[in-house]
Amino acid sequence: MTGTTVFNVPLPADLKALKGMSPIVVKQPYQIDYIHSYGQDSPFFAGLSNRKLLGTKCPKCDYTWATPRLACTQCGGETDWVELPQTGRVHTFTTCYFGGEEFLKETPFHLVLVEFDGVDTLLLSRLLGPEQPEDIRIGMKVKAKFRRHSQLKPTDVYFVPAE
Amino acid sequence: MRPVYMVSGGVSKFAKARPDATFQKIVKESFDYAMNDVPKLKHSMIDGSVVSYFSDHFTRQLMAGIMATDYLGLCPKPNKRIEGGGATGGLCFQAGWEAVASGRMNVCAAFGFETMSRVPTWKGNEFIALASDVNFDYPVGGFYSGYYAMMVNRHMHEFGTTVEQLAMVSVKNHMNAYGNPYAQKRRKLTIADVRNSAMVAYPLTLLDICVMSDGAATCILADEETAFKLTDHPVKITGVGTGTDMMRMSDRPHGEVLLAPNEKKSDYRKLKYPGVHSFRAGRSAGLQAYRMAGITDPLKQIDFVELHDAYTSSEIQTYEDLALCRYGDGGKFVEAGYPFMPQIDYGMKLPMKGTLPVNPSGGLIACGHPVGATGLMQAVFAFWQIQGSIKKHYGSGELQLKKADRGLIHSHAGTGTYVTVSIMERGW
Repeated sequence: MTGTTVFNVPLPADLKALKGMSPIVVKQPYQIDYIHSYGQDSPFFAGLSNRKLLGTKCPKCDYTWATPRLACTQCGGETDWVELPQTGRVHTFTTCYFGGEEFLKETPFHLVLVEFDGVDTLLLSRLLGPEQPEDIRIGMKVKAKFRRHSQLKPTDVYFVPAE
Repeated sequence: MRPVYMVSGGVSKFAKARPDATFQKIVKESFDYAMNDVPKLKHSMIDGSVVSYFSDHFTRQLMAGIMATDYLGLCPKPNKRIEGGGATGGLCFQAGWEAVASGRMNVCAAFGFETMSRVPTWKGNEFIALASDVNFDYPVGGFYSGYYAMMVNRHMHEFGTTVEQLAMVSVKNHMNAYGNPYAQKRRKLTIADVRNSAMVAYPLTLLDICVMSDGAATCILADEETAFKLTDHPVKITGVGTGTDMMRMSDRPHGEVLLAPNEKKSDYRKLKYPGVHSFRAGRSAGLQAYRMAGITDPLKQIDFVELHDAYTSSEIQTYEDLALCRYGDGGKFVEAGYPFMPQIDYGMKLPMKGTLPVNPSGGLIACGHPVGATGLMQAVFAFWQIQGSIKKHYGSGELQLKKADRGLIHSHAGTGTYVTVSIMERGW
């Protein structure tokens, strides 16, 4: 499908024939720049730019989120920011050989859910280093690395094997 | 709450692309089919409607729902749009049920659609991935197949599930679809074919994953009195359940199993649940529907299931969520043959074949997944099974089950953020 400039589309003499007309297909480009706010989650991204992994903890329930939540889902109270360990383990993983359009040029890449000691939930990240999914094992130790120049995105942090 | 019956249904042919029609016309095809199948129902008898579609991105049209409604000539009666990821159609079916159960409507039309071919495949996958947290998940690698694949690997780690067991689901559903003229992808496959197809997100291959589609489906629901005036074979909706879970998989708890009536706590002594291996929302939805319908042993009390197999792995996880087997036994359940149809030769040794056919229609993997229509499509296929009218609608009775008095339909979104379960029974 490509956009085409035409002067007209011919009409049949008998308009009854129009019901059998092939569909006209046109290209419609679409572009948006969002002015996106991270809102209450902003400290997480500021932390990455300082080479820190920040999560949140409920002072009442003693429940810690690796991926921050500013409200506790158990008691509804406000949580506090805490620093997480920078080493963890592979809780699960995959290797994406395809992806959404935005990520196709990065394939193949490894996705990993990281678990940390003393933390109740997980963190989604990329795992760099291993070549094949067969080289990754659930339970494998990993450590955090940070991009030199922050883009203020969750990919400012990524993990590499720590064994 | 009043009892609610389904009196008719229709499905457009699901296709990779339907450039010949806009979404309005595709919806109308399914609506007209439903209307024509119950001649006593006059257009004016419809009291209102609910409409579902997943993504405004696919049509690039806001408020598309009212445009589908107006095209069907259902203005100025009440209508509302339902959306909930992959469960959109299931949520719409239940919204239609609610409209009648509440007494607000005597006859409600529930219709849904999606036209996914308007954008290239990988852009479509990107749109779908926008149904994940755009702060924390999407930018890391926005790809729903990747998210589900991570769940597969954890399920395998916890329970010993194998890729060959996953492949058996693909073989089953593609083969079932062979007898379904509405299906988009009808193929005779072997386990080796599935494992040898292109790896998409380890360990899921192309044939482990459902197809994107253009399509629409319509269900007509009515109260008891009206239902029996319209048709001699109405199907009663005896149970509904809707479950939810956190959008981010990483946030889900690692706690205790929600027990089904046929389970004990000791069955799961060491299991941390749901983590990222199971769908708590699916279990919650199932339990609600079972309680309402009085089901205590689903494997014995349900005759067939149409469930959301966006991935072969999701089907296996869902056997467990629905307590058709214990958590962890889904792989063995399929391997033994429980979810296969008794009358079809799959080229495999299946000792328990035909116990509880799952996805007789071919499921999403083979029929297609026009997201906003999918849950309604399942209701239509289940309706036809229960009525015993498969031969009439498919042109062949090959897929008609001898015993189809009670069916379960299951619709699923996100990585299990919304799940609906509805129980449909012979109502006459």
